Amino acid sequence: MKVTMRINGTERGGDVEPRVLLVDFLRTNLLLTGTHVGCDTSGCGACTVLLDGEPVKSCTMLAVQVEGRDIKTVEGLLQGGALSPIQVGFHEEHGLQCGFCTPGMMMVGSALLERNPDPTDEQIRWAISGNLCRCTGYMNIVKAIKHAAKMNQEAAKAGSHAEAVPAGGGE
Amino acid sequence: MSSTAHLHGGIGDSIKRKEDGRFLRGKGNYIDDITLPGMLHMAILRSPHAHARIKSIDTAAAGAKPGVIAVVTGELMAQHKLAWMPTLSGDTQAVLATDKVRFQGQEVAAVIAETKYQAEDARDAIVVEYDILPAVISPDGAKATGAPLIRDEKEGQKDNHIYHWESGDKGTTQAAFAKAAKVVRLHTFYPRCHPAPMETCGCVADVNPGTGKATIYMTSQAPHAIRTVFALVTGLPEQNIRVVSPDLGGGFGNKVPVYPGYVVATAASLLIGRPVKWIEDRSENLISTGFARDYHMTGDLAVDKDGKMLALRVHLDSDNGAFFSDAQPSKFKAGLFHIVTGSYDIPTAHITADGYYTNKAPGGVAYRCSFRVTEASYLIERLVTNAAIELGIDQAEFRMKNFIQPEQMPYHSATGWVYDSGDYPKAMNVALEQLGYDEMRKDVEARRKKGEVTGIGIASFTEVVGAGHGADFDIIGLRMFDSAELRVHPTGKAMLRMGTKSQGQGHETTFAQIVAEELGIPAMDVAVEEGDTDTAPYGLGTYASRSTPVAGAATAMVSRKLRDKARKIASHLLEAAEEDLEWERGKFYVKGSPDRAKTIQEIAFAAYTNLPEGMEAGLEGVHYYDPPNMTYPFGTYAVMVDVDKGTGQVKVRRMVAVDDCGVRINPMVVEGQIHGGLAEGFAIAFMQLITFDDDGNCIGSNFIDYLLPTAWETPKFETGETVSPSPHHPLGAKGVGESPTVGSPAAYVNAVIDALSPYGITNIDMPVTSDKVWAALRSKGVTE
Repeated sequence: MKVTMRINGTERGGDVEPRVLLVDFLRTNLLLTGTHVGCDTSGCGACTVLLDGEPVKSCTMLAVQVEGRDIKTVEGLLQGGALSPIQVGFHEEHGLQCGFCTPGMMMVGSALLERNPDPTDEQIRWAISGNLCRCTGYMNIVKAIKHAAKMNQEAAKAGSHAEAVPAGGGE
Repeated sequence: MSSTAHLHGGIGDSIKRKEDGRFLRGKGNYIDDITLPGMLHMAILRSPHAHARIKSIDTAAAGAKPGVIAVVTGELMAQHKLAWMPTLSGDTQAVLATDKVRFQGQEVAAVIAETKYQAEDARDAIVVEYDILPAVISPDGAKATGAPLIRDEKEGQKDNHIYHWESGDKGTTQAAFAKAAKVVRLHTFYPRCHPAPMETCGCVADVNPGTGKATIYMTSQAPHAIRTVFALVTGLPEQNIRVVSPDLGGGFGNKVPVYPGYVVATAASLLIGRPVKWIEDRSENLISTGFARDYHMTGDLAVDKDGKMLALRVHLDSDNGAFFSDAQPSKFKAGLFHIVTGSYDIPTAHITADGYYTNKAPGGVAYRCSFRVTEASYLIERLVTNAAIELGIDQAEFRMKNFIQPEQMPYHSATGWVYDSGDYPKAMNVALEQLGYDEMRKDVEARRKKGEVTGIGIASFTEVVGAGHGADFDIIGLRMFDSAELRVHPTGKAMLRMGTKSQGQGHETTFAQIVAEELGIPAMDVAVEEGDTDTAPYGLGTYASRSTPVAGAATAMVSRKLRDKARKIASHLLEAAEEDLEWERGKFYVKGSPDRAKTIQEIAFAAYTNLPEGMEAGLEGVHYYDPPNMTYPFGTYAVMVDVDKGTGQVKVRRMVAVDDCGVRINPMVVEGQIHGGLAEGFAIAFMQLITFDDDGNCIGSNFIDYLLPTAWETPKFETGETVSPSPHHPLGAKGVGESPTVGSPAAYVNAVIDALSPYGITNIDMPVTSDKVWAALRSKGVTE
């Protein structure tokens, strides 16, 4: 079946079997491997992407269900080539260790900040409770999302943000 | 710029992680992100039964399915002498079953096809006929008269017993028990759990038909050792095998063993001449790969009339599953369990252990643990709290009274360990103060008077990590040293490679910081690579908290070697005698003339351009470090819980964790490791359970049944520290990644037992779930 959708702001399409999962379409057909598979059964949230701005688990949607809709993945988080506040927050607060759950966590975190720019710890913990992390104990993920919220608020005041973390590692 | 970019990044600097950039952009390179030209996909058919004889396997229909290239069975593997493989504990394990299946989820056949979907379709078309046999699901079942013989293919194996192992002194222990004023017994089961890293296991095997070179991208915490195992198993020459561990999405011990899937995929690539990818799904991961614990333990603690510990006696039965494949040093059948005397000055001890085959998945991996230290720590810390309650002494006071004192270090334990350093009373005092113990005790008493069920639990654990001195510690004969190779380029930038493999621990940052401290090259300028056996020096890998104690020490030593050479070059450049030069991080200068100096960058350039007469060019080196002793991280954890009498639900009100891991290289990274381990300890104490029904069906084969904590359940952690540097480690560091998982389960459970102690409840086995607590309270007549 032919399928067309907007991914990270660009129209993308492909020819897939109706049974192909959205996550497989993203990873295999479009080579967007930043979205991960941790369980296949909606249990872990590593595959979370934004569908029309709302977090969904892409292992539990078919690619064809997304026909004509808007998807945002971790690869779409950069803003003008620079890290977005949610990415800076995870770096600054040591919100990631192995990095496997990180894309899903950042997608959920960024969606939360869209609808609630100043969440409490409890609101953050509830928002990310569909996503599992085995490395961090969640402490620094909560801090990372708060960090991003603060950056957004400061940017709203000043009109600019974004710190640089080079792609090749380094500070 | 990031907030720490200006920092040199030496020891003690919490610089931000160098490896973050690619992960934040979704550009990590995990095993399933690897795609090679012409790559095929493999799916494994697994046994639905725990114990059954295979009557027939019909692959005709599967072979005819679209896209299928090959169907591999045990029979085909046997033709290549690969139906069985050795385990890391000197046993054998079926790669693909030929005679019987011995656990649910065992590998029976594999399909290789053009796409993953096609491979899975065809797998479902394989027809296997089984004769179902009775299943053994516990050591008691394995011992029972008339129990089915699980390993009937092993010559001389007449029953399901694997090993008997002892440590300590039986005679002196018996004598001490005879004199005891009080003996406290705890029988407890540390249940089977699973590390469940977020990324499952898998590989991409690429055997080049032209050169014969086998490149195997693999989720391995120990790629070098695995390369050697592969050479031994397959008969391929070792120089023709390259194991590459890419970014790992967590490991926690799950990615130490060799799994049949790796062997089958490699054999398939060899036979077909194309790359083969195998990625297990979550259910396959949970039911078939390295589980942890499954120890049935009975501990007796002998105490005199003044509350001093006299002796410890432990017997344990270990449930090892269908194949004995514990990943642990070959000398020690029950791992390092004999650290079980813990933080206490117990004059004598005797430990006996028996291992049994059952119809359950093999494994026995050290899940965030140094080879069964977690089980030992849990038993002694639970036993000590129970003893304190029974003796009517405060838990903290009883521990204080019996701690090994700092002046006793190095301390020779009753089971033969030599503790390198530690100040247990100090860590206890810091933890009690941080919790506000005296006030909190009063708070508990006040609440109890109002009818609330509440309590405080303490655990003062001691670990033994950093395996290890090669004379005593080996994996299949390979001595457990580790290595670091450092190359300084002409521009003063460096490349560091080690024999370890990070799974999220932050090696690319931490190990660069060791070079920054010892050789003066800023951490930013040191690239760190691990995991490629063609480029990295040989090492035993990352598990058992051994990276910093062993490879970290190797990194310090190789940096010092290069600094020695740098001194010679500086002497030449400055025209001053070597002994007249002073080292200040990053430069040599002439004593008394700090202006006459050469930076390490200038010296590096000279190493390639302007050498002293007769000196070998370059500034490179390698060091293999065999530690003189283990390191002994420790700490005190204190937990407060509230129990709902109506539902049995336990809420962790506070969790204070004071860790002493010696010198902290990057305190931010250490803190992150502790948070993660405390969460996994919480998970083990309250949620995670792999169990089986009477037929051997695994209950816990997905994240709906095998419960991992989310941010919502996980408590908030309050951390603290003391620092007792390791006297034998070049940096004074000890390793930390596992302390919180080793120490915290007992602290959580002790808090629950303390809360329930007024009702005479002395034990609830983990996971301490609401239904068990509810039933325990009801059994004592407690209602809402």
